[in-house]
Parts: sequence; C-alpha cells; structure tokens
Amino acid sequence: MVLEAISRSGRLSLIDKLYEINWGFLLLVTAIASFGFAMLYSAADGSFDPWASRQMVRFGLGMGILLVFALVDPRLWLQLAYPAYGFALVLLIAVEVAGTTGMGATRWINLGFIQLQPSELMKITLALALARYYHMLEQDRVSHPLYMLPALAFIALPVALVLRQPDLGTALLLSVVGVSVIFMAGLSWRYIVAAGAAVMVAIPIGWQYFLLPYQRERVFTFLDPSRDPLGAGYHTTQAKIALGSGGVWGKGFMEGTQSHLNFLPEKQTDFIFVMLSEELGLMGGMTLMALYAALLGFIMMVAMGARNQFGRLLVAALGVNFFLYVFINVAMVMGLIPVVGVPLPLVSYGGSAMLVILAGFGLLMSIYVHRNQELPRGGGIL
Amino acid sequence: MALDDRDADKQKLFSRRAAILGGGQLALFAVLAGRMYYLQVIESQQYEILAEENRVNVRLLPPLRGEVVDRFGKKLATNRQNFRVVLIPEQTDDVEATLDKLSDIIPITERTRKRILKDVSQKRGFVPLTVAENLEWEDFAEINIHTPDLPGLQPEVGDTRHYPYGEDLAHVVGYVAAVSDSDLEGANDPLLQLPGFRVGRSGVERLLESELRGRAGNSRVEVNAFGRVIRELAKVPGTPGDEVVLTLDMDIQRFATERVRGESASVVVMDVHSGELVAIVSAPGFDPNLFNVGLSQAEWDGLTNNELNPLVNKTLAGQYPPGSTYKMIVALAALEAGAMTPQRLVNCGGKVTLGSHDFHCWKRGGHGPVNMVQAIQQSCNVYFYELSKRVGIDKIEEMSRRFGLGDQVAMDMAGEKPGLVPSRGWKRATTGIPWQQGETLNAAIGQGYLLTTPVQLATMSARFANGGKAVRPWLVRSVGGRARPAPQAVPMGIAPENMEVIQRGMDAVVNIPGGTAFRSRLPLEGLAMAGKTGTALVRRISREERARGVTQNEDLPWRFRDHALFVGYGPVANPRYAISVIVDHGGGGSAAAAPVAKDVMTRVLTRDPMALAAYEQSVHGRDVTDLGDGVAKGRG
Repeated sequence: MVLEAISRSGRLSLIDKLYEINWGFLLLVTAIASFGFAMLYSAADGSFDPWASRQMVRFGLGMGILLVFALVDPRLWLQLAYPAYGFALVLLIAVEVAGTTGMGATRWINLGFIQLQPSELMKITLALALARYYHMLEQDRVSHPLYMLPALAFIALPVALVLRQPDLGTALLLSVVGVSVIFMAGLSWRYIVAAGAAVMVAIPIGWQYFLLPYQRERVFTFLDPSRDPLGAGYHTTQAKIALGSGGVWGKGFMEGTQSHLNFLPEKQTDFIFVMLSEELGLMGGMTLMALYAALLGFIMMVAMGARNQFGRLLVAALGVNFFLYVFINVAMVMGLIPVVGVPLPLVSYGGSAMLVILAGFGLLMSIYVHRNQELPRGGGIL
Repeated sequence: MALDDRDADKQKLFSRRAAILGGGQLALFAVLAGRMYYLQVIESQQYEILAEENRVNVRLLPPLRGEVVDRFGKKLATNRQNFRVVLIPEQTDDVEATLDKLSDIIPITERTRKRILKDVSQKRGFVPLTVAENLEWEDFAEINIHTPDLPGLQPEVGDTRHYPYGEDLAHVVGYVAAVSDSDLEGANDPLLQLPGFRVGRSGVERLLESELRGRAGNSRVEVNAFGRVIRELAKVPGTPGDEVVLTLDMDIQRFATERVRGESASVVVMDVHSGELVAIVSAPGFDPNLFNVGLSQAEWDGLTNNELNPLVNKTLAGQYPPGSTYKMIVALAALEAGAMTPQRLVNCGGKVTLGSHDFHCWKRGGHGPVNMVQAIQQSCNVYFYELSKRVGIDKIEEMSRRFGLGDQVAMDMAGEKPGLVPSRGWKRATTGIPWQQGETLNAAIGQGYLLTTPVQLATMSARFANGGKAVRPWLVRSVGGRARPAPQAVPMGIAPENMEVIQRGMDAVVNIPGGTAFRSRLPLEGLAMAGKTGTALVRRISREERARGVTQNEDLPWRFRDHALFVGYGPVANPRYAISVIVDHGGGGSAAAAPVAKDVMTRVLTRDPMALAAYEQSVHGRDVTDLGDGVAKGRG
C-alpha cells in the first residue's frame, strides 16, 4: 500500500525507481559505515558487544529508511517541508520544557522507546524548509531584503533554541547549513560580504554575552592545551599522541595502545577517527577521507543534476551538513579546532545521528531517482 | 517554458555557487590531509615516544641485599621473607569492615587504622596500601586461609633483612634502617626513593653499603590512563648485592659473647700473622633486627639510658687506660734503647719516692729484687717506675706508636677512635705545661694520659706474639668473591732477643706460679697461653671514702670501679691468636679479665668437645675471690 501510494504520485513505476537508485552510492555509504563497525569491534577489545552489533542494527534500519525515502516522489517532500520543520521546532521547544539532561546539557527528549535529539532532526528539516522557500521564490527576489527575513527566521529560531540547551556545536552547524543554502540560492555578494563583516563584529559580542563560561574555557583550552592538561586539554593532547603515534601504517587492527588503555577519551564516539588513525595509520585515515570525498563529490553531482531548485538546494544543504560533520570532527580530533561534540558521520557510535544521516541520504536519493522530473512551483501547502 | 528559462538561470547560478562551495570543501579536506600527514609522518616519532611514555610505567625491583657470612659461610646477615598484608581499597566495599575482620587475626593499632583510612581517601583505589608487615608465619597462614572473607586484602611476600645472631653481632655487622634525607643528598640511585627501602646504618652494612646493595631491576608494565597495571611487558631482575665474607669465626664470636653476658665488656681475637679478626665482641649488644623494623620510643630509651652502653662499639670506640698491659711496651723500649738488661735486678720495696711524692707498688710490702721477666710476671710497679726513669717518655712514646697505640689500626672498619699516647710535645700543646717526670712514672704503669682501645691492645699483643711484625686487624675477607688482600705485616725491626724477653715475661704471667694470671692458665695439654693482666684506674678512692671505710675497689659504686684488662696470645710455642679482654668496671684484670681470656682462648685453640668440657669445669670451679690484685693504683 505504502509503496503503491508513493509510486502513484510519480511518473516512474516502482521497478523503474529501484533501477534508478544509485547502488554504487549505497555501497560507498556501506564501506564508510564498515570502518565504523570495525573500529567499534576493536574498541570493545574484539567484541561485537556492546557497540558494533547495535551500530549494525541501526545501520540496517537506517538503510531501510533510506530506501523508502528514495522511492518517495520529491513532490511529497516539497509538501512536507514546512510541516516537518514545524514539527522539529515543536520538539525543540518540548526539550526546553521537558527535556532530559545529560552531561550538563538538555538535548534529549524521552519518547519512551527512544531518546530523541530534536536538534538532529532539525538539521534535515531546516534544509527542507529553506530549499522549499527558495524553490518558491522568484530568482530576482532572492536578494531582496524583505524576502531574506523569512529565511533568516527559519535559521534563527532553531539556532536560538539549540543555543539555550546549550549546544554551541549544533547551533553553528545549523547556522552554516542555513547560510550556505541562502548562498547557493544566489544571494548577492554584497550581502555576503556585509554579513561576513557583521559576523566579525558579532564574534566579540557573542563571546561576551552568549557564550557560557565553560564554552569560553574550551576556546582558551584549545588555544593552549597546557592550561588544563588533565581536563579539556587532556583530550586534545591525548588525541594527538594517539593519532601521531599511529604513523603511516598504524599499529595494527586492535593493537592501538592509547585507545585500548583508555588514554583516548570517547574512543567509540567523537574520537573514533583517532582510534582508526592509531590502528590503521595515515593509510587508513586517508582511505576513509577519500571515501568521504567521493561521497561528497557524488552529492554535489546529484545536486547539480537535479532539474529543480528544491532538489538542488536540498541536496547541497545535506552535502554541506555532511561535510561539516566530517570536517569539524576530524579537525577537532587533530587539534585544529576546539573540541565540540560532533560525531564522525556513519562511523561514530550513536543512534540519532546515524538515522538522521541515512534519512538525509534517502531524501538525496529520492531527488536523484526523480532527477528528470519537473517539480511544480505552486501547489504547496504554503 | 518561462518556468524552464527561469530555472535555467537558477541552475546556472547554482552551479557556480556549488562549484565555489565544492572548492571550499576540497580545500578544507586538503587542510585535514595536510594535518594528518604532519602528525603521522613528520611528528610521528615524537608522538610515538609520548605514547610509549603514556603506556609504560617502569617499576623498580629492589635487588636482594648481599649476604654477610663468616669465614665458614655461616650467615650473619641474610634476607628473610617478609610476610605482609596489603589492602587494595577498590576490591572492598567497606574498608573499615575489612580491617575489623582482619583485627580478629592480628592486632591493628588505631594509628594504623587512621593511616589507612586517610590513604584510602587520598589515593587511587588500586594502589596497594601496606596494612601489616613482618608477620609471623602462623598469622600469615591464617590470613591466607581467610582471604575469601577479607575482601581487598592481599597477603604478599617481600624480603627483609635478618640478623640470625641478633645482638651477638650488632656492632660488627651493623644494621639497616630506612633511608634518611641525608642519604638522598648527592645520591642518584633510584632505589633510595623506593618506599620501605633500607640502607646500612652501621658496621659492615654501612661500610660496604654500595657493594651489598646491588643494582635495581625493573619491571616494565603497561598501565592504562588511570594508572592501573594491565600487564607486565618485560622484567629485568635486579643484580643482587655482593656476598661479603668476614674473617670472623661465628663460633668464637658467639662463645665470647656468651662468656661476657651481663657485663659491659669487649673481647677481640685476632690472627697474629694475618691480622684477621676472629672475634670482635662488644657487650652488651642490641638487636639489629629492631632497627630494621623501627624502634619504639621505649626501646630506644632503653638502649640510650642503659648504663652498659649497648649502642657503643667498645672494641673500636672504647678508650681505656691500658694499665699494666702497657708494661711490655716500657720494657721493650728500655731493652731497645739499651737502658736495661733483662737480668738486671731492681729492688721493689713497695714504693718509689720522687720529690715529695710516693709512687706505690700494688704489693704493699714490695716484691724484693726482680728481673725483667719476673717484673712482668708479677706486674711489679716499682721495677717499671725505675725502668721509665732510665728510658724516658720519648722512647716509651715511640715504642707505643710502633705497636699501633695512639692511632687507628683497624682496616675496613668505621668508627675507630685513636686513643692517646702522650708525649712532651702533646702535653705542651694541650696544657701549656712542660712534661713532669712523675707523669713518666704514671705512664710506665699504663696510667695517666694514656688511652687505648681493645682493638689496639689486641694488635699490640699480636705484634708481641709474632715477633714484631706490624700486623693490622681487618675484617673483610672477600666481597662478591673477590678477595681483599690482607694488609702486609711489615717487620718492625725489633731485636729478636729483646722480643723473646717480653714473650718469656708474658709466658710467666700465665704459666708460672706467682704470675698474675696463673689461675687462668689453659687446661690444655701442650697448649699454653701467654698474656698480661691490667687494671685501669677509673677513680681514686678519696680520703673521705677511706674514712667511711671504703678501702677496696669493690666497695665503690659500679661505675667508679676499675676496668679489668687482659692481653695475651697462644699457643706460646707457636703463637697463632692474640686476644684482648676488657671488662668495664670489672675490678682487677687477673680476676675479671684473664678468666674470660682463658675460656675464649681455650675455645679458639681447640674448638672441640674436649675444650668445651674443660670450659664447663673451669666455669663451675672458678674462684671468684681476687688474690692477686687488691690495692689502689697500678695493680696488674
């Protein structure tokens, strides 16, 4: 029934759609995720329990969602864009009201069967909403100040809520994704330059009034890890030691001393890339980075190949989101930027992130499958 | 179509922007790759070292301290298993309850309990804390049996220094004790930093500390981020300390110790040819094992306040006037100087008057005419007064020094005092007053300024016995299997016939009726001892005391009584061993010191069951009254 309903809305038959799915892309995704499985197996000292097995189950579940999403006609996504965004926003507010606190931040909402992190959901719905907005907007109005306001509001609302949790990393991520959509929608360079200048001004103000002491401390610690060698600086220092000591060929699978002796914090989540680099060396790390680059290349290809602005902007936004994940995580563990809690997509242990990423790839695949299809500009809910 | 056109514009614009974005992403990826290359290739070695430092902890393994054995290999200082119990706090939920249970087996003081609870709150849960050490085997076994009920407690076996002979050897072998701050100064041996490590504090333990200590081994262990040991990677066992072989014969040492038990005394037995110390007893001793564990205040007070001075090694640091044992030096000085012939008689009328002062013989009525051998035999003071007047203090001083008096003679032993041999120059320098002839007379009978140590007296005796070879006492035969060459005994250049006179005198003292030590002659067929008794004045009996009826030395309080001395050697026919005995405040040398020398020498010369029987008999049939010595000063 579901599949029929989905396929009915499009011009392609279900079989056609399955044929159109890029299986090579799925293989690439699986290859990247497999690095994660291997490292989680190693992190548990050669055991599928507790991480690798659950991660595989989630990956399987996520692939299912991906495939289902891929078959959905983009017109449905277009229609769902605003309601989905609204739903995610409501959840973020719910977190404010009845969220679960963990590690000093209120980020989760307990739905009984799952600890949902609404900010993860927002990463996709924000992209959907902005893509829809610019899909509908005339090109010559993109740089009109009045028409910029709704787009900025789409971004500002969730960012403000996420900042309150507080989750600086996710807020920045949402901002950058949102701004990059506006950029790709064709905003005039004048605004971009002006906005850049405004940010430069805003940074000291934000530093003074919006950052919590611990967030400021993180930045200080980043600038000088020896400030707090056993605290926050410890993570950075130990990560560099583990990664650097891996050398070109690594210490061998399951042979990483630093990670296995717990010198490496959070080895199965945020710092999994360090463990991989320690055990598999420069070669392993570069291989994974190459796979990520290929995946991002494919995403850009899909974006440029889409025949409607909605698809282009949505896929590009998903791509930016994905890139930011990879970049922030890897740059963080290598000591290039301060430590912010961002997982390595598809590899780090974690439920919400994995499902959201794969769901996003489902949207992407849906655009790819239906790439030759026209998308009406009217007929939306808005 | 219009829509398509507009979309074509959009697509064109998008593609440009997407290219910029993609380029940006690529550039940032390049940064990541560059950083990865930097860390993993260029800086890799540095991080490898850091990683290894992170991971590997080196733990010191204390080496086994070298053993000290006597000449026959009897263990004098050895290592004993130290049964102890450690607590690993993280293995128990309730430290107090565990300690309560343990206190059912062994006592746990309130102080220990407080210390442990403090450590528990301050240290990481897996760091073992010592709860009790040096446990008896029975207690240790019981704790082992009860380990299942004692969560967190772990019985362990370590090594601790042990002195099987306890106080019999405390002064010779010494003891070990905890490292002090001054030990750490300038020392770079990491072992010293080890908690519970012990270093030699006195005796051989201190003298040969570096040889006995050995070199630390190490165990490289892998630790995790919390410092918990995961596994041992490599183990380099330490190099045990060198074995030290002493010249001592523990049998003699013990026998002599036993013989003077209850007294404050010293006994030195040495080989007259090699200088090897066979026994070196300073009594009473103390239990060196206590120092290893740490003394309680009461134990320490008991040792320091003891009138018998158990902490002082009297053989090396005890300085006594030699009394009549010095008379051979005066006699030999006179013979060598040609100031006297052995046959010449001196009439002893009981005293000699010099100026307005009378110098008495110990025998009130006098000895009558005596020659040199008789003078030595009977320890006639008047003869030696006369002798000293003829030879003068300068020659006597010179002869003293040739026999090792007034200077440190012992090899490889610490804490030896030099004693004092007075001279004209010394007196002027110290008192500003010129030498008086009366002082020469005093010196002639071993009184006055003269001070000697038991080791010096034994050495002097050995040099008489061996015919005038300058042997020096030494104690360490070999270290780590490497022999320490005996110091060369250089001939002293004394005329053999003169030396023979002295030897005949010493022989007569013990073996001819009328000799002051005749009652202490050896009960052995064919083995005779020669010697000389001495009594060192501690305090003259005052006029008031005499008025109160205190006429004899025995009437004085113990600490004012005279020291009893004896020096000797045996066998007379072919001297092998020299001996010196000093019984502090023992009274007369013939009564208190010579019998000790007789028993010890008997043991030395026989070391067989027969000698033991003879010893038993002599102990039980021993005459306690003193006939030979009695009156004021200079008795012999």
